[in-house]
Amino acid sequence: MSQVDAPAAVATVPRLEMRGIGKRYDATVALHGVDLVVQPGEIHAIAGENGAGKSTLIKILAGAVARGAGTIKIDGVETELPSPHAARQAGIRVVYQEFSLVPHLSVAENILLGQLPSRAGGMWIDWKATARRASAALDSLGFDVPDVRRPVKSLPVSQRQMVEIAKAMLERPRILVLDEPSAVLSGGDLDRLFNAVRALRDAGTTVLYVSHRLDEVFQIASRITVLKDGGLVGTVDSASIDQPGLVRMMVGRDLAEIYPPRNASVGAPVLQVRNLSRSRVFSDVSFDLAPGEILGVFGLVGSGRTDVVRAIFGADASTGQMTLDGRPYRPRSPGDALSRGIAMLSEDRARDGLVLQLSLRDNLSLAAFPRMSRLGVISQSQQHALVADEIAEVGIRAPSINAMVRRLSGGNQQKVVVGKWLLRGARVLLLDEPTRGVDVGAKAEIYRIIASLAERGKAILLVSSELPEILGMSDRILVMRGGRLVGEFSRSGATEERLLAVAAGVVEGAAA
Amino acid sequence: MNSPSSPAARALSVVGRRMGAVRTDWRAHWLSYLPTVAFVVLATIAAVSSPDFLSEGNLSNLFRQIVTNGLISLGMLTVILSGGIDLSVGATVALAGIVGAGLLNVLPWPLAVPLAVAVATIAGSVNGVLVAGFRLPPFVATLATMSAIRGFVYVVSETPITPTESSFREIVASSVGPVPTVAIFMIGCFLVVSLFLSRTTMGRAIYAVGGNEEAVRLAGINVRAHVMLVYLISGFFAGIAGVILTSRVGIAQPSMGAGFELNGIAACVIGGAALSGGVGSVRGTFAGVLLLGLISNLLNMYNVQAYYQQIFMGALIVLAVLARRKEG
Repeated sequence: MSQVDAPAAVATVPRLEMRGIGKRYDATVALHGVDLVVQPGEIHAIAGENGAGKSTLIKILAGAVARGAGTIKIDGVETELPSPHAARQAGIRVVYQEFSLVPHLSVAENILLGQLPSRAGGMWIDWKATARRASAALDSLGFDVPDVRRPVKSLPVSQRQMVEIAKAMLERPRILVLDEPSAVLSGGDLDRLFNAVRALRDAGTTVLYVSHRLDEVFQIASRITVLKDGGLVGTVDSASIDQPGLVRMMVGRDLAEIYPPRNASVGAPVLQVRNLSRSRVFSDVSFDLAPGEILGVFGLVGSGRTDVVRAIFGADASTGQMTLDGRPYRPRSPGDALSRGIAMLSEDRARDGLVLQLSLRDNLSLAAFPRMSRLGVISQSQQHALVADEIAEVGIRAPSINAMVRRLSGGNQQKVVVGKWLLRGARVLLLDEPTRGVDVGAKAEIYRIIASLAERGKAILLVSSELPEILGMSDRILVMRGGRLVGEFSRSGATEERLLAVAAGVVEGAAA
Repeated sequence: MNSPSSPAARALSVVGRRMGAVRTDWRAHWLSYLPTVAFVVLATIAAVSSPDFLSEGNLSNLFRQIVTNGLISLGMLTVILSGGIDLSVGATVALAGIVGAGLLNVLPWPLAVPLAVAVATIAGSVNGVLVAGFRLPPFVATLATMSAIRGFVYVVSETPITPTESSFREIVASSVGPVPTVAIFMIGCFLVVSLFLSRTTMGRAIYAVGGNEEAVRLAGINVRAHVMLVYLISGFFAGIAGVILTSRVGIAQPSMGAGFELNGIAACVIGGAALSGGVGSVRGTFAGVLLLGLISNLLNMYNVQAYYQQIFMGALIVLAVLARRKEG
């Protein structure tokens, strides 16, 4: 591994200096010999695949996990960080992917929790002032949350993330850590977040930005520290490296071609959708999907792309006409869709796709019981054979077929969901963000699986908010905005700029 | 990530890791035997320290006493696995007891007993309708039926009923060798439920519903039917427990079974079930039932006040949960 040296630091005391950080969990080494040096007022990215040690490093910084080795200095002073409380006292604030908001309380209350404005010596909460201050805080960050008196649980995920970040920023920490903040944000939201982060930096806060989205890392960070397999690969100036170079650092090998070649022959349409509508969510969606085809659907958060998929799968009610194999198709439940050969991979696999408490064997079997049981009794040998074949087919790496699904990596979990539907014998696959939260290596593997499925004649609807993924995988691309189809592109006619412009409503989409 | 790419290499990595898995799973396995180990240790101490413990009279008494809690716990386990809870089983025991005692006085037992159990199962189906149909939280729904069923039992009979029929009593009192017939019946029930939960599609679906209801719904499985089913099972076993208990003690009181639901929940939790659903086993629950029964038997034998038993049970629940916490 080539060690890339950090450029000579300016002769100031670093805001944060972590040296030789190590951590083991029982027999597993999660982190060893990691150095991280961040200057005051710097936006510094931490990049690496899932399992590279990013989250362990952050948890140590947050005081949530005790380090096994190494020293931490903040502004030149050696610090222990034995607890989250101590980390906060030291001016470190971490915004995790999992939200720390109280769902039933209002946006304003959540933002000002612990410092609610009060009257009469702290007896009565001044609700007007609470709402005013919370709105002012959100406005100053350029975040758009309509009514701060609404309970947090009524907000879409992207706005919840905004509230979470606003709450952290209001505390004006010395070090702000953002852990994969873009996972649920897109487009304009992300721009606003970046502007807010830059404003915070200008005010003197040091920002650590953790992400596996490389374009963002380059957009926001001035320096990048790359981790791999729990070790330090190096720290680089973002101006001195390009994306392929960074990928090489992260993965340890070239991923020039993470998208597999496509040579599927597209047949006659299997699924025809006409004027599919769901009141106030999307309307008049029409398209055809053929066996062997990968049809990409691109849209920003809130464009209705997920809702269309759920309606086709029968998970939500809708109006309009659909035909499958030329016969009318009106799914009233996911069971209807599955029995006709349509399966869905949902964007939130932990919530909709997996039973984390159960084993690989149970999860893979869940949708395919009829294939491995008679009169409701499961044949152990049949189940074992089918499940083992499926594990080999989609390439799940697990200690055994009885391994707990929650112990598998994100990429392997995603393969479990795909495998579950294949075992069910699905012919039409609705894939909603199939690679969300998955590292680069596992992504390439999932892409290979998708391409081979198409080659074997499955019809695939690929919904994604990641443009490279849409462009790399799709034969045809539909663009959605505000609940409507606003453009259709052939693979050759599509570019990132054109798709984004149509999705954001900058230009009208032309049927290419 | 140095991933083996060929299928053969992949298979090898699966095998290799499976061997490694033996070591990492060892701790989890050890913990799942904890109640069994505790039972053996306690029983050994008891056998060494008191000759009375191993006497046929005491052992058959021990087995007889655990049957009620055993059957209730078995029903409770299926409910807990589905992510629910059934607080109404104690009242259902009384319902089956009173109805059964009354019927035994007018009908032959092969008719009276199934009828009483059927009534209890219907009570369970009310829970099922409230939880699966009306989407009430299980705690609230069964709290309501617990009160309503208990009230209904008093309406049926304010006074205790003494069944005069003798042949069913004799069956309940009989033994096969040193082992009471009812204990054999209970063990049979545990085996059947164990197979049901591990080997049938319904059983696996119950686990999955407790783990992630939405994933099960999206897998095309009827979630409501399975939720309905677990409350039927719970009512069914509470009914059998009520009829057997009535015949064992020879009288049905409208107040009988109060607090039984908590003993049932305790046995499941000590046996490793998680109240959040999806986690638990028949084997563990069996060990929990044995352990609770043994502790009560020992304390009786040493003439320790009954209140201490409750303290022990409380401590045991806390210990059982703490011991598992590290599992991660």
